[in-house]
Amino acid sequence: MKYTEGSEIQDTKAPSGPIEERWEKRKFSAKLVNPANKRKLNVIVVGTGLAGGSAAATLGELGYNVKSFCYQDTPRRAHSIAAQGGINAAKNYRGDGDSIYRLFYDTVKGGDFRSRESNVYRLAQVSVNIIDQAVAQGVPFAREYGGLLDTRSFGGAQVSRTFYARGQTGQQLLLGAYQALERQIAAGTVTMHTRHEMLDLIISDGRARGVIVRDMVTGEIERHIADAVVLATGGYGNVFFLSTNAKGCNTTAIWRAHERGAYFANPCYTQIHPTCIPVSGEYQSKLTLMSESLRNDGRVWVPLRKNDTRAPGDIPDEERDYYLERIYPAFGNLVPRDIASRAAKNVCDEGRGVGPGGLGVYLDFRDAINRLGRDAVEKKYGNLFEMYERITGENPYEVPMRIYPAVHYTMGGLWVDYDLQSTIPGLFVIGEANFSDHGANRLGASALMQGLADGYFVLPTTIGDYLAAGPFGDVDEEAVAEAEIKVRTKIDRLLSVNGHRTPDSFHRELGKLMWDYCGMERTEESLRKALERIPELREEFWRDVKVTGTAEELNQVLERAGRVADFFDLAELMCLDALIRTESCGGHFRAESQDADGEALRDDENFAHVSAWERGPDGPVLHKEPLEYEYVKMTQRSYK
Amino acid sequence: MTWTDHRWIPSVWSVTATIERGAATAPVSAPKKAQRSRRPGGFLRSSNGKKVVMAVTGAIMVLFLLLHMLGNLKIFLGRDSFNEYAHALRTLLEPLAPYRTVLTLVEIVLVASVVLHMWAAISLSRRAHHARPVKYVAKKKSQANGYATHIMRFGGITIALYVVWHLLDLTFGVVNPAGFDSAPAERMIAGFDPSRWWVTLIYLVAVVMVGLHLRHGLWSAFQTLGWANRTRNKALRLTAGLVSAVLVLGFLAPPLAVTFGVVK
Amino acid sequence: MVTYRVEDVSPDMSFLEMLDVLNERLILEGDDPIAFDHDCREGICGMCGMVINGVAHGEQRATTTCQLHMRHFEDGAEITIEPWRAAPFPVVKDLVVDRSAFDRIIQAGGFVSVPAGSAPDAHSIPVRKENADAAFDAATCIGCGACVAACPNGSASLFTAAKITHLSLLPQGQPERLTRAKAMVDQMDAEGFGGCTNTGECTAVCPKGIPLDAIAQMNSDYLKANAK
Ligand SMILES: Cc1cc2nc3c(=O)[nH]c(=O)nc-3n(C[C@H](O)[C@H](O)[C@H](O)COP(=O)(O)OP(=O)(O)OC[C@H]3O[C@@H](n4cnc5c(N)ncnc54)[C@H](O)[C@@H]3O)c2cc1C
Ligand code: HEM
Ligand code: HEM
Ligand code: SF4
Ligand code: F3S
Ligand code: FES
Repeated sequence: MKYTEGSEIQDTKAPSGPIEERWEKRKFSAKLVNPANKRKLNVIVVGTGLAGGSAAATLGELGYNVKSFCYQDTPRRAHSIAAQGGINAAKNYRGDGDSIYRLFYDTVKGGDFRSRESNVYRLAQVSVNIIDQAVAQGVPFAREYGGLLDTRSFGGAQVSRTFYARGQTGQQLLLGAYQALERQIAAGTVTMHTRHEMLDLIISDGRARGVIVRDMVTGEIERHIADAVVLATGGYGNVFFLSTNAKGCNTTAIWRAHERGAYFANPCYTQIHPTCIPVSGEYQSKLTLMSESLRNDGRVWVPLRKNDTRAPGDIPDEERDYYLERIYPAFGNLVPRDIASRAAKNVCDEGRGVGPGGLGVYLDFRDAINRLGRDAVEKKYGNLFEMYERITGENPYEVPMRIYPAVHYTMGGLWVDYDLQSTIPGLFVIGEANFSDHGANRLGASALMQGLADGYFVLPTTIGDYLAAGPFGDVDEEAVAEAEIKVRTKIDRLLSVNGHRTPDSFHRELGKLMWDYCGMERTEESLRKALERIPELREEFWRDVKVTGTAEELNQVLERAGRVADFFDLAELMCLDALIRTESCGGHFRAESQDADGEALRDDENFAHVSAWERGPDGPVLHKEPLEYEYVKMTQRSYK
Repeated sequence: MTWTDHRWIPSVWSVTATIERGAATAPVSAPKKAQRSRRPGGFLRSSNGKKVVMAVTGAIMVLFLLLHMLGNLKIFLGRDSFNEYAHALRTLLEPLAPYRTVLTLVEIVLVASVVLHMWAAISLSRRAHHARPVKYVAKKKSQANGYATHIMRFGGITIALYVVWHLLDLTFGVVNPAGFDSAPAERMIAGFDPSRWWVTLIYLVAVVMVGLHLRHGLWSAFQTLGWANRTRNKALRLTAGLVSAVLVLGFLAPPLAVTFGVVK
Repeated sequence: MVTYRVEDVSPDMSFLEMLDVLNERLILEGDDPIAFDHDCREGICGMCGMVINGVAHGEQRATTTCQLHMRHFEDGAEITIEPWRAAPFPVVKDLVVDRSAFDRIIQAGGFVSVPAGSAPDAHSIPVRKENADAAFDAATCIGCGACVAACPNGSASLFTAAKITHLSLLPQGQPERLTRAKAMVDQMDAEGFGGCTNTGECTAVCPKGIPLDAIAQMNSDYLKANAK
């Protein structure tokens, strides 16, 4: 695929000076909106997950006139609801040496030095307020007998800073945000549009001024105008078809904004989660994550011998390979996600995998049950064990769980500056949808933190700086009409093909291709293959897809087809991004770039930058944003 | 290895699915605003308020039944004892208050309770009917343990019919062989005469109905009044069960005793 | 009701994957596939839900439709699938219903009024662990609506009570406790849900096992609110 390299891009909004003071400085320098004016300012927030839900609620509280959109039947169902493990915050309630600085440090290091120091520091600072906010809303975090909040340690951290609500942290946090949002809806500051899918961005006078959405019940195409647009539409892991994301997760909103000029940063950074339930058959529609917290007590192993078909209980300890404990004695089963995932893939590639097809490793609780007792284990992980049994029909108290890595999170997303504003003025992007603060790899329990930091605290401040210049007056009618026609044309085209394959069958094929060629391990060869195959498949899609029904009704086939179409384009950009980043970093592992031990090898000289892609008329244009590290010294990540 | 080159266990089952199809059956999303129950009487219009009425009137009726049962048991102490008791009921507080004052008051409260109880029951079942205009096609299997809960309305109607008949029988003596102006004990003994075993059977069925109604109803009343909670639940269910059992046994003893000739 | 034969079913499939298989075929045959709601497919978002053989979410206890697997049926099984049936949940299409009434119940008061940034330190108010745990049990409601679908009265009491109980048990929920209960129960009535007669069908099908005590808690708060 052809691409050109454009000029460098800079984040001009982050203040300079001591890192601890930057956010204060920015808050102070940001222009304020006159309270009387706020009511006249309209903001569109697409997405009601942790990021979008908290943002819409907070903007409503501040007095803006907010319109909120989501594709589910209620804002409470956004995919954030599925997060299990927990949320990080530098509260240091344990007195175990945690601090804002340490969370900052861990995140920069965990992200393999591909994130911005200013952003990450701010994230760590704000993390503290999130817990306060959530508790005040009535989020029932786990507590100890003294009545104070409990915490646990989570993959990649040596301090106990993860707050949790059993295995349903995301659900409880989202319900907190959802309730705050409903309160604003009742107050009339937020108008909610459920079952509405954003299909295009309206740009007028160079500013983002609205969205074109489809009412998924009636099929009506609607235009909504505002003074600023916030995208909080989540991640695009579903480009792999099978992922731990909800079925509806899509790239459509951010991709169409990208088509309108927003830069897409680091599309190739995807995170593979090491503890998912293995695939059981071709019909599989999604993968289920088992919380990473299981690795606190479960031990990961595979048989020493290849093709060992004995039942796990019949394999004596000497013939088991607790490979994570063996290779990484310091962190053992708690190594970061990418390392754990790749290690699992490696042992399976050696033919030592277990379960149907040899695509799994054991996560064994035998020792934990012996040590802590079954009751204690049940208390801690009972609901996860139940969930596992429900899906696999196997009882993990008796037989070790089988796990395998699966696509889980996308670090890439629309490029934003320190103010969370994209390259289109007035278009803000928050949560997983932006290229985020996680660099090349996200630490466990940090996505919830980022989504809520963005939504409750950062965006509401920074968007004011932009809106202070508003209201921005009438929009260009022609621009609106053009966007609407574009959307209608695409829908008509999908409906008129009337071929022989379902949208899902294409999606499945694309997903396999991406997993095989642009998954856990990428090589120049695999990526070139993918880049060859994707356009062919896309061409076939537009020639042979079958979409039944009409555009004027609830039409789930049409919805899916539209999303798959965008995934094709995104997949191509992902592969291109992965191809030219010839280093390994975080979730991006190029087989060509590894050290003697098979560890990811960064190339800081050539790749210490964010790759921000512009969609030019003649193909993608790459803009690099150089990354500098003043506070955390760049070192090779080591968890040995 | 990738999951592309893996062969799965083949999918060989087949099932037959009968599925409801169709476009919108009702206008979607017409937001409704609560008419806040601030104004007087609002509470009684709310579904919860009606339930409270049922619980309170139910409780009154249960109290009456307990006393009534104890009174009935006096028949075992002999006809006179029973007649005296019936007489005492009517002369309570005499001469302070005229004949039958207390009993009449009790009757008024009882009638009011029955009426309110039935009013609430009827309006709640109308609500329920409106809330599910289209019935399920598949026969619904109860997932909650306990059939008693599902026969509340049927049971209530049975009890109501029974009470009417019962009043005609033992209170007014209209359908009683001993006639209107007999002493209560005569009516009772004549009414449950072995030759009239079917009357006893009606009472038996009715009393069992009452038992079932109360086994659920009593617990339900605790729940409605908000007394149930995790720690108390067991005790409350037990209480409900015990009270109903005592009532059933206590009520059935006299008629059965008469029918089987224990009391003559 | 339309009857379909679905081939190629595996016992390891989820119920929704079985419907996926059917839908793939229907699309290829040019038919409209069966519309049903779903998203997370892991039992947490509350979007899925259908009445299977007369039981909301199917007979498997404490399980959402998406978490139900075909191994709980038999080869050759005959399965009847219906949408949630309740007037306040109008059918949108096939098995898809509109549950926005639930959102409006939350809007009436299912929240703690605390603007972002105004919260005190999280440790300033300790909460007894028992209360925190019980609040959590109530808070796990996923808003699926199975309770309404199963209730012979079409009552939304369990859903409403779950939220009221969650917030009632925490110190943070106290200031608005009674007004909340009153407003939410009144809204539930206004939406046209039936009243609760404590039949307990709701808790039996509830995928999260929300206990009936929640309804008692709601009743108690509602009574107190009205007594004031
Ligand atoms: C199974 C699982 C477990 C996880 N566990 C953890 C954890 O323990 N800790 C942690 O920190 N992180 C965890 N994560 C990651 C974290 O949950 C997500 O990154 C985060 O919740 C994303 O939040 P969000 O608000 O950005 O987007 P989402 O919650 O995905 O919300 C997206 C919103 O956008 C809307 N939307 C999307 N597209 C459109 C469109 N085209 N038109 C209109 N609306 C649209 C959707 O309706 C939805 O409301 C987990 C993720 C998964 C998949
Ligand atoms: C005369 C004796 C009766 C007694 C002692 C009695 C008692 C009770 C009690 C205690 C309750 C529970 C109230 C609550 O849940 O809060 C109840 C409920 C009910 N009663 Fe009665 N009742 C009687 C008669 C009737 C009659 C005549 C009817 C018929 C209309 C009736 C119909 C109902 C119904 C429908 C319920 C609601 C079901 C429920 O609460 O689960 N009852 N009754
Ligand atoms: C099966 C056992 C029962 C027997 C033997 C019995 C007997 C009697 C008798 C003899 C009377 C007349 C008393 C008098 O006139 O002084 C009476 C009245 C009455 N009974 Fe019963 N009864 C029985 C069960 C019930 C039940 C189950 C109910 C209610 C559900 C009931 C409700 C009443 C009522 C409402 C009256 C009228 C009370 C009054 O007028 O003050 N009885 N009963
Ligand atoms: S109470 Fe249970 S059944 Fe009802 S909506 Fe909540 S989770 Fe679903
Ligand atoms: S089933 Fe219905 S009657 Fe009450 S206890 Fe549950 S809401
Ligand atoms: S699809 Fe989310 S609960 Fe079933």
